[in-house]
Amino acid sequence: MKVQNNHAWWLVLPVFALVAFSAILPMMTVVNYSVQDIFDPTTRFFVGTDWYEKVLTDPRLHDSLLRQFIFSACVLAIEIPLGIAVALSMPTKGRWASLCLIVLAIPLLIPWNVVGTIWQIFGRGDIGLLGWALNALGFSYNYAADTLDAWVTVLVMDVWHWTSLVALLCYSGLRAIPDVYYQAARIDRASSWAVFRHIQLPKLKSVLLIAVMLRFMDSFMIYTEPFVLTGGGPGNATTFLSQTLTKMAVGQFDLGPAAAFSLIYFLIILLVSWLFYTAMTHGDQNR
Amino acid sequence: MNWMAWTQPTAIFFAVIALMLIAMTVWELRSPSAPRRGFLPIATTRGDRLFIGLLGSAYWHLMVIGLTDWSIWIATALSAVWLFAVMRWG
Repeated sequence: MKVQNNHAWWLVLPVFALVAFSAILPMMTVVNYSVQDIFDPTTRFFVGTDWYEKVLTDPRLHDSLLRQFIFSACVLAIEIPLGIAVALSMPTKGRWASLCLIVLAIPLLIPWNVVGTIWQIFGRGDIGLLGWALNALGFSYNYAADTLDAWVTVLVMDVWHWTSLVALLCYSGLRAIPDVYYQAARIDRASSWAVFRHIQLPKLKSVLLIAVMLRFMDSFMIYTEPFVLTGGGPGNATTFLSQTLTKMAVGQFDLGPAAAFSLIYFLIILLVSWLFYTAMTHGDQNR
Repeated sequence: MNWMAWTQPTAIFFAVIALMLIAMTVWELRSPSAPRRGFLPIATTRGDRLFIGLLGSAYWHLMVIGLTDWSIWIATALSAVWLFAVMRWG
């Protein structure tokens, strides 16, 4: 059996200390809050699992969770293939490659609340180009009143903001493929699809893993953009998990239920991310 | 530490997790593990199985709290059985 030397793990100690201070200690505090009814640090009562029962049977959480899963699934289903397609169609070298990279990077540099504001104005029927144009073309488009319009606008906004990330990751992955693979494919007269399926896609696996994980986690935690764009409406149509949580924690100041909610939220992200990671890293080993 | 709003049950919970991690680290240093296949559909190391066991235990607790009127101790007992099964045969 091959025995590994684990002494290099000591080098992780500074990062571990930083993570302990910034994440583990706050997380432990949230666990402590989730089992108490807290009014202030000195006035608190142990309630056991009451908040978990309350949160797990709360229809608001069920609805937000369902909306959140649908939203994240749509985001992944659109942004991953689109990002790969954009990366494949980009020039490989020269000034056009540099220009494409700059253009792709622009949406990533814009803060979330500004993206929300841009799309809020862009989608308005009276002064926004998108809303005005759609209405002029005969479509009855109003993201503030129609559920489908609100969903499509939030999704398109997210696609506009974040597909660049997937495209840039895939582009870097494509540029890292040695030319000998393409030479071998040319000798075998492989079709473009065969090159994509048997060379590019397998070689993109590690960057796609990062892209899928980042886009899942980010889309699952989305807050600012839909909050600015639709405020969670119409009704609760675009109220996702973090907005429900924020209402509970900051709006109603229900710290105990909000802490229990946060932990359930964290466990869902942990499980889904782990499933993605395991499926993508163990897929080859099991073949 | 008052700002962290500690309670006795949560202190015991974290102490048990910390002891598990320390024990696993000592065990791994003394006898390094290699990935193996058990009833889980993937090859896992001892650390992987502890993670799967603990994550599964959290979900056992959520299921019992959310779907049943059972005592929390039943969830804890189920979790202990699950953790043992994953570590031993996973």
